[in-house]
Amino acid sequence: MVVREENEWVAVSAQPLRPDDLATWVTRADCGAVVTFCGVARSTSSFEHEIVELEYETDVALAESRIRDVVAVARDRWPVVRAIAIHHRIGTVKNREPAVVVAVASPHRREAFDAAQFCIDALKRTVPMWKREVWEGGSAWSEDAQDIVDVGDLAP
Amino acid sequence: MSRLLLLGPAREAAGVGHAEVDGDTLADVIANANARFGVPFVEIVARSRLWVNGEDAPLDHAVGPTDEIAVVPPVSGG
Repeated sequence: MVVREENEWVAVSAQPLRPDDLATWVTRADCGAVVTFCGVARSTSSFEHEIVELEYETDVALAESRIRDVVAVARDRWPVVRAIAIHHRIGTVKNREPAVVVAVASPHRREAFDAAQFCIDALKRTVPMWKREVWEGGSAWSEDAQDIVDVGDLAP
Repeated sequence: MSRLLLLGPAREAAGVGHAEVDGDTLADVIANANARFGVPFVEIVARSRLWVNGEDAPLDHAVGPTDEIAVVPPVSGG
């Protein structure tokens, strides 16, 4: 499922993520800064196992709606930001593959950095998404979980 | 009767992602779901946020057949 508007592209799907596609899409003629953040599946966790892959699970419509709320707040806080794209992968994500990509374009770098950081931090706190960590011979829900909050409740 | 949306660890504990559960209030529906699914579902519900149609709701919130109640355990996206 995908929400693609003039300056906002949100997607939650099982398709592999291509960070360059998001960076290219957000780039505008008047933007001197494009910040791209990739959250990547890593091999370490709180479990004493080498993690070989992650399995993400959500309700796609609910997750996309909450990501769009994050984008709306980011655009409100950094009105000079020209475009934002956020994609989150679901299903199996193997070690070293991106699980989430945030791309932000702005005329200058400060706002692009700040808005991108806000978007990934807010996504992790406000979007209903669950990660199962898989190792050879076992798996468990990530212990790095926190109570979900509304994006409007996050401190500026 | 309301539609329950069970997510992540709540889905795993219940064994289903969706369920139709009787009750006139959010508290009734959750009590009936707890009785149906048992432990560890009960323990996960205790740590979860409860949404009615995507919004936080108090336990005495009236619910009906058109309402969707989501059980939202602590999240781990990104």
